[in-house]
Order: sequence, then C-alpha cells, then structure tokens
Amino acid sequence: MTEGEGTVRLRPPENALDPRAVSWWRTRTLAVTVTAAGTLAVLGWLIAPARPWLLWPAAAVAVLGLLQAAVVPAWRYRVHRWETTDEAVYVRTGAFLQEWRIAPMSRIQTVDTLRGPLERSYGLATVTVTTASAKGAITIAGLDHELAAELARRLTRITQETPGDAT
Amino acid sequence: MSEQGEPRESGAPGESGEPGEPGDGWRRIDKKALLVTGAVMGSVAVGLCLPILLGLSGGSWLGPRARRGTGLLLLLAGAALLVLGPVAAEYVNWRKTRYRVGPDRVELHTGLFFAKRRSLARERIRTVDLAANPLLRVLGLVKVRIGTGEQSGGGESTLVLDPVTRPEGERLRAELLIRAAATPGGHREGVLATVDLGWIRYAPLSFVAPALGGAAAGAVMQISDWFGVQHEVIVHVGDFFRDTSVTMMILTLALAALLAGVVGSLGLWVEMWWNHRLEREPGGTLRVRRGLFTVRSISIEERRLRGVELVEPLGVRLAGAARVDAVATGIGRDDQDKNADLHVLLPAAPRSRAAAVAATVLREPVTPTDAPLTPHPGAARARRLRRALAAALLLPALLTGLGIWLTPVLLHIAAGFAAVALPAAVLLALDAYRSLGHTLSGDYLVARSGTFRRSTVALQRAGVIGWVVKRSLFQRRAGVLTVTATTAAGAGAYSVHDADGSEGLVFARRAVPGLLEPFLETRPETPPGR
Repeated sequence: MTEGEGTVRLRPPENALDPRAVSWWRTRTLAVTVTAAGTLAVLGWLIAPARPWLLWPAAAVAVLGLLQAAVVPAWRYRVHRWETTDEAVYVRTGAFLQEWRIAPMSRIQTVDTLRGPLERSYGLATVTVTTASAKGAITIAGLDHELAAELARRLTRITQETPGDAT
Repeated sequence: MSEQGEPRESGAPGESGEPGEPGDGWRRIDKKALLVTGAVMGSVAVGLCLPILLGLSGGSWLGPRARRGTGLLLLLAGAALLVLGPVAAEYVNWRKTRYRVGPDRVELHTGLFFAKRRSLARERIRTVDLAANPLLRVLGLVKVRIGTGEQSGGGESTLVLDPVTRPEGERLRAELLIRAAATPGGHREGVLATVDLGWIRYAPLSFVAPALGGAAAGAVMQISDWFGVQHEVIVHVGDFFRDTSVTMMILTLALAALLAGVVGSLGLWVEMWWNHRLEREPGGTLRVRRGLFTVRSISIEERRLRGVELVEPLGVRLAGAARVDAVATGIGRDDQDKNADLHVLLPAAPRSRAAAVAATVLREPVTPTDAPLTPHPGAARARRLRRALAAALLLPALLTGLGIWLTPVLLHIAAGFAAVALPAAVLLALDAYRSLGHTLSGDYLVARSGTFRRSTVALQRAGVIGWVVKRSLFQRRAGVLTVTATTAAGAGAYSVHDADGSEGLVFARRAVPGLLEPFLETRPETPPGR
C-alpha cells in the first residue's frame, strides 16, 4: 500500500509509568478476586444444597484472579507508556486491543489529577486530559503523584497560553 | 473550563427579589404559559377521569346509588386539583422567571423553590432554536432554547424560555445570532434547499416503518390490556382467521403491521418535514425551518460547522437517495423530543440533490463526500466475511445442537434459516467492504463505512482535535488498524475502519500536518508483527 515509503508505524511513547503501578494493579486485582471468591465461598459454606455450584466457581475465580495478578500487571507495565511534547500528549495502552491516543496541546480543555485511596497508599496518581471531543479523553494511570501534579501544572500552563476555545 | 459561560447558580431563596418590573431590560416569559399549563393538565384530567367514569365503573357510575354523589364529587375534586395545582405552580414560576439580554450576557432568573440565576456570555452563544407545538402555535407562542454548545455539563449550558411570543422569539434569535460578520467567499445566501413532497417516497424505506408497525401492534395489545379486553381481542382475531391456515394468519398480521408502519412513517415524515427549508442568512448562519404541527427553527452558525455527513440507510440507499446531516459543534439535543433530529439539514433526497446541497452548505464547488476514495485492503473484506458468517451460523448451530438432542424439526428450521441467512450475510459483508473508503479532499478528511447505515463524513481537517489508533489482536494479524479522528463536532469521533496499517497512519499524518509526525517511525522493509 505504501510503495517506496517503507512501513510506517507508531513508535512507543518515551516514558514508562511508575514501577509502583505494578504493585498497585496487583493489589487491586487481588482485592477484587478475594472479594468475589470469598463471597462465593461463604455462600457455599452457608447454603449446603448449592455447595458444589458455589465452591467450584469460587475456586475458578480464585485461580483466574491469581493468574491475572501474576501475569497481567507486569505485561501492562510494559505496554502502558506515555509521553508529552510541547505540541501533544501521546499515550499507548491495551494488550489485546492496542490503543494509541494523541491530543494536541492546543486542543486540551481540562487537566485533572485523581487519587483513589489504594492509589494514594502507593503514592500514585492518575492524570486525565480532556479535549472538546466527548471521545477524545486521555488517561495516564499510575504516575508518581508528584510527577503527576507537575505534569498537570505544566499541561494547564501550556493550555492556558494557547488562545481560542479549543474546538 | 473557565467559569465564563458556565451557568451560575445561587441558592438563596427570596434573594432573587423582584429584579425590577419590566423596564431595566428585564422581561418576563409570556403570561399565556398559564393557559398552556391549564390546557395540558385539563386534557390530562379529562383523559384520566373519563375512563374512570365510563370504563371502570362499568356503567353504574361510581358505587351504589346512595354514595354515587360522593364518588362523583371526589372525582371532580381530584380533577380540579390536577388542573389547578400545576397552574398555580406555573403562576409562581411565571412570577419568578425573568430574563434579560444585556450587552455581554443573557441572564435568566428562575426559581420555584430555589432562586436560580443563570447567565450565558453572549459571545459564546451558538444556537437559538425555536420550537412550537400545536398548542403553542394556536396561542402564538414559541419555546426558545439558547445554547452555548459546550459539550460538558449536560443541558446546563442551555437557557430555555418557555414560552415567549413568536415575534419576541424571532427578535431574540436575530439579536443573539446575527452578528456583523464578513461573509467569506460571497457564496450563495438565501434559500439553499426546500423539501420536495415527492421525497416522501423515501420515508417508508427507512427502518422507521417496521418499527412503527411493531409499535402499532404493541399499542393495540397494551390498550386492550388496560381495558381488560386483551383476551377478547386475541379471541376475536382468532375467530377472524378460523378458516385460514396459520401461515396465512401470520402473513396477514405481518402485512397489517407493516401497512400500519408505512402509514405511520408517512405521517411522521409529513409532521417533521412539512414546509422544510434550508437557508443561509447574512452573517453566516444556516437555518432549518420545518414541521407541520410542531414548527421548528434550528440555527447553526457556520463558524461551528466542521463538515457534513451524507447518511444512507440501506433502503434509502437502494432507492438512490441520501440524507444530509450537519457536523457542527454545539448542536443541542432536545431532551423532550427524541425524534427532533436537530442536525439534519436535508431529509432523504435523490443522491445528486443531496450532494449538491452538501456542496453548497460547505461553500465548495463539489462536495468532498463524492471524492474518489482509497479502498481498504483485502484483509478488511475477509474480516467482514468472517464476522458475518459467524453471526449467520450462530443460530443454526444452536438449533442443530438442540435438534440432535430434542427433535429433528429443529434441524429443518436450522437448514432453512442457514439457506436464507448465509447468502444474505455474504452479500451484506461484501457490501460493507465496498462501502469502506477514505481520502483527503481539499480541506476535508473523508471517511465512509457501514452497510445498514452507510455514512460518508466530510470533516474539516482543522476540526480534527486528536487521533485514536486502535488495533485488536485480529487486526494486528491481518495488518490493518482503525484510525479515529476526534472532533468537537457531531458524534465526537469519526473512524476509518480496517485501513492498511501503514497507509492508515500516513493518511492521518497527511490529514493534520505535524500532529502525528513526531510519533511515527519508518521502517525500510516490512517486518512481521508489531
């Protein structure tokens, strides 16, 4: 299709997330797994007639959850990357469904940082950048919280210096 | 965003005071609002009380002879309350509602329970839409919606004046929208298109007709259920078809429902598109006026226009027609009327006519939507075929499984279904592939896709405010990806599905110079994977 031009592809963004994000994702997965499997197990313990119908799924959930906690966070850490230049924000996410998102600085409308309780205990934060498009938001989850605050400040400053209403 | 343009609220009751009687620039909404509420609630009361009176009491009028008077009285009192309560509320609302068009801001004070003060910066106002249902029209009133077109914050960036007199509505529209702006290019002003009544032939071809037919059948059952005669209706229909076969009966009923759907869609078309005209006003505003009973006037500032979309639902496309939608930022959504379709510039019309209107709207000699498109790689066709076949085979496979287990009748049904569904799926998949295409035409990015609803969008390249590139595992193996341009206008994002990996990125790079460039790398030869 692109004779004489070679193959063009998107390069990986420059920066990795904070390594602590791996622990954060792992803890999150484990918490969900324990809750789900635990609920099923307790129910199975209480309701004798339905025991096999509850305990087997509980075991399955536990095994799948543990597998996910073991494999996915490290994988995701390799895949999720981000970069900002003076002109744009660039983020890569997704393993099965890969996604690259690019938003130019001149079109950014809001920059939010968000810290959940679990995220806070790991010293992490999430930065969300929105544009005037309802479908153009960019999220960078798992940044060191000081870096995130600094990034948000920088993006806000650049955005404010740009005239126009970003549509 | 900035607090500018955000509606401001303050919750102090009473503090709204009386912001001056008329004079001081403050105006009230029209007093006939009371009449409107009264009429609406009156008809609701009649609609509720009459069935109670006639239907439920079974003719014996509310209870035994001795208590008849009390029952009737109660009913009347209830009806009076039903009417007078809302009218009183509307009176308070009318007293408390004031609006003012100042030099910089439009302000609206309302407050039934909480004083609410909202204002919009005038330079941010993008739309002033007027709508009048039959009741409002009889009284010479219109409902005015003033919007800034900000996507965030739900309906909060819209001021609604419900109702004001028609001349006042027109005055507001003119005052708020028409600014002394230089018209670029000196393109045609005045009426750009009016509806041709012959286009009504496209109305039953859309998917509205079968849906309306189903709705009609559902409505019959629902209403008969309300009156407790659903069983009789079914028995009656059964009686009617006593001497015919089951197949005949199903066919007749389906035909009846379809007929009702066709009639309904024709009626809907007339109600929506009667007297339709698309105009360009001095100062660069597009205005659509239309409607038989409910008359609407929709204004779209051309500054807000980011392109057009040519929409061809399957039936309409086979008849050689297309609809023209505006791709603009800040087109409001009428929450009360889901059928409003505020972004439609031209209803389904012959394709050449639609293309001509699209070109005029964009001030281009030819519409970019007719530009020759780059086809997508064969992998995209294979993906569509695979998906369609999987969808078509799912039900037969299920039936076959059940058939082996339960009864061979299901096997016959499965075979019959497969015989019909497979060719249809293949045709649709091939058509979907044929529809795919994208290109750059002048200042526009053009993308086409879809088979049931084929859409060709022409989006201003300057209107692209970001890119999203997606690639699933399957797409990766097939060497294709989906490139999506995000925009503030219209649907918020328009996609080029299953483009060749490298070519799709080059397309995006050329569409908006400089944006994607720094993140691309070129490889001399084609390495597999990644």
